[in-house]
Amino acid sequence: MTKPKVAFYWCASCGGCEEAVVDLDEDLLAATSLVDVVFWPVALDFKREDVEALEDGELVASFINGAVRTSEQEEMVALLRRKSQAVVAFGSCAVLGGIPGLANLYDREAILSTVYREAPSLEVPATTFPMKQTRVDEGELSLPTLWSSVCTLDDVIDVDYYLPGCAPPPRLIWAALSALVEGRLPEKGAVLAPDVALCSECPLSATKPEKLSVSRFRRPHEFLADPELCLLAQGLVCLGPATRAGCEAVCIAGNMPCTGCMGPTTRVTDYGAKALSGIASLLAADDDADITARTAEIVDPVGTFYRYSLPASLLRQRVGETVGNGAIK
Amino acid sequence: MSADIVIDPITRLEGHGRIEIFLDPGGGVNRAYLQIPELRGFEKFAQGRRAEDMPQITSRICGVCPMAHHMAATKALDDLYKVEPPPAGHKIRELAYSTFLVEDHALHFFFLGGPDLLVGPDAPKARRNILGVVDAVGLEVGKEVIGVRRQLRALMTAVAGKSLHPVFGLPGGVARPLSKQDQEESAAAATRAVNFGLFALDAFRKIVLADKAFVDMIMSEAYTHRTYAMGMVDAANRVAFYDGNLRVVKPDGTEFLTFPAREYLDHVAEHVEPWSYMKFSFLKEVGWNGFTDGVESGIYSVAPLARLNVSDGMATPRAQEAYEELFSTLGGKPVHHTLAIHWARLVEMLYGAERMAELAADPEIMNPVVRTVPTAVPREGIGAVEAPRGTLVHHYRSDEAGLITFANLIVATQNNAARIALSVDKAARSLIHNGKADDGLLNRIEMAFRAYDPCMGCATHSLPGQMPLLVEIRDSDGALLGEVRRD
Repeated sequence: MTKPKVAFYWCASCGGCEEAVVDLDEDLLAATSLVDVVFWPVALDFKREDVEALEDGELVASFINGAVRTSEQEEMVALLRRKSQAVVAFGSCAVLGGIPGLANLYDREAILSTVYREAPSLEVPATTFPMKQTRVDEGELSLPTLWSSVCTLDDVIDVDYYLPGCAPPPRLIWAALSALVEGRLPEKGAVLAPDVALCSECPLSATKPEKLSVSRFRRPHEFLADPELCLLAQGLVCLGPATRAGCEAVCIAGNMPCTGCMGPTTRVTDYGAKALSGIASLLAADDDADITARTAEIVDPVGTFYRYSLPASLLRQRVGETVGNGAIK
Repeated sequence: MSADIVIDPITRLEGHGRIEIFLDPGGGVNRAYLQIPELRGFEKFAQGRRAEDMPQITSRICGVCPMAHHMAATKALDDLYKVEPPPAGHKIRELAYSTFLVEDHALHFFFLGGPDLLVGPDAPKARRNILGVVDAVGLEVGKEVIGVRRQLRALMTAVAGKSLHPVFGLPGGVARPLSKQDQEESAAAATRAVNFGLFALDAFRKIVLADKAFVDMIMSEAYTHRTYAMGMVDAANRVAFYDGNLRVVKPDGTEFLTFPAREYLDHVAEHVEPWSYMKFSFLKEVGWNGFTDGVESGIYSVAPLARLNVSDGMATPRAQEAYEELFSTLGGKPVHHTLAIHWARLVEMLYGAERMAELAADPEIMNPVVRTVPTAVPREGIGAVEAPRGTLVHHYRSDEAGLITFANLIVATQNNAARIALSVDKAARSLIHNGKADDGLLNRIEMAFRAYDPCMGCATHSLPGQMPLLVEIRDSDGALLGEVRRD
């Protein structure tokens, strides 16, 4: 019997999602007895032409990680979409834009200037830039076009399922893979992770006060946090209450607050706005002066609340910039 | 005219790339280019972020070596806040770092680069991977590879909070002390890792060194460049990963210079080519002289073999024996054969395991005082480590509130970028004749970059946005007369 075929691919990402698949450990061997992985550039030598040679819909599923920002990535994900019965947006970057999505805070000129004009390590004079087309002695070389902003996967192609996390927890990867292979298909658009807030699985949840009120926000380096006590109750901005469970709260077990990589639970349109309003509701403030003081303690609201989700947010990017390649709605 | 042969995408590495090969009329190779077609944007969007978030933000440059970025960033924060971690803070960091080194080098040997050696360069492409390795070495060994990796990753989670994107690094130390259980697990994992390191070296001897065809391939000119080398060393000039000075040796192996990482801007510069997003580092004092090797070219190598070449030895006994065996077998120091990087990687893996064992046995590691809370006003900080893939420098400036105003990163693969470009071109020229190239032969060209364990994700961390066309018109003295720009 031929095994169902699947593909793994990466766009603007770090390779951590690939490591998360390898973190299946012994289950990785079990997985390869269940499915035939026909494309996975980090680990297998199949090339683009091998994907092009597949029939449309021949893949049971493609697991695509990374945000999308180049014409080449757009071509690859469109190709994989055509060849796949189901596409899973895999990891925070594909689902929400991820940390590379923070690039949407800056316009193209500012970025170019930083990298090609101002970096102190550049050779002098710094006059060369990478270009779309280059004439070299032997012929022509081209590079993919880079879009003006970072997009999520479902900005670019139709996505069936979402598996969040930076990176997705191996336990959830295994559950998703088994469900798809066995034809236990969830409802289209489903997020393949528990639909409850992280506090429900936090090892410190018993120490979270019934009525939590924060009289002063503190930063992790400013004091020695007690590893046995709810971090939010100690004044650290822990986003557990606004964030989907599924990671087993490993960061909090490491005595550092949740930064929200699993994204929101269902029915939340804008994760950052939800997280911000949740934190704001905890302020112990008697008057405007208190509110001003507490607000000033959150020194980087965008980097704190939208760290993984700027491209998927209502804000999305700087005002006036073209979205993606200009064809994205 | 576009290229005659294209390998797209290149595989079994971290990140994106393709190779474009132009043939001459006789069917030989005119030139082969390794192009990196992707980029992101860390140095710019670091601006405005909280300094203490940099270890977690920059770890997303690379999910294969997140611990390296996390650690370089954390050390840059020590310097930014001028705060000295307590001894346990340093040792817990180095324990996690050594664990990561073993795991990451093992990943390359068994999953990424090793299949070319353990399964064979010309094996069918469906078998040149971890599954082929499991077939070749047997299921029991395959399970041990996976089991060791699982144990190392679990230890990193216990010590660093998360193995994939650690959270424990803060200016002045780490977020949490170790428990007795953490210490016991460290000792157990270290014992297994040392045995595993010895096993991997033995497998290399039996499968690779015992095969004359492999040894000839390693020693062949197709995979050799005589370049400078850079790496971190301790006070006795032994290989160091967590802390030390940077040492550079000439192609003949004699010392060129040794400097503290904070002086990196005096010694390292970046060259840009219009056909790739990767920047090419070179030695400032030698200069950029194009894609050539030799003492006149500022191109240098980093990572396992370079580190062994720049050092006087290893700081642990079994790794020292393995170091001596490598150089005595390959004709003495320095060794310039690219494929010998695989062997050097295993020497370092054994060092990492032995260092884990030393730290796990150090009573200081259980000291509950693991962090010094910083009190100075933050201004500027530089931190460096040896990532598995080479020297890594993070450089930040911040305002008084500790918000980043400037970030500059010199990443591991970028240091190797020019030598990798040389390697791909030279392998293609040496291997392709009469315009013919089958899958196995193209794989032998890919082996020329794969030995470096390159991370293109790291190498292209810095450049998002659209490329403009810029032409500058200068007079013969170099003065700028005018500028034509197309965005």
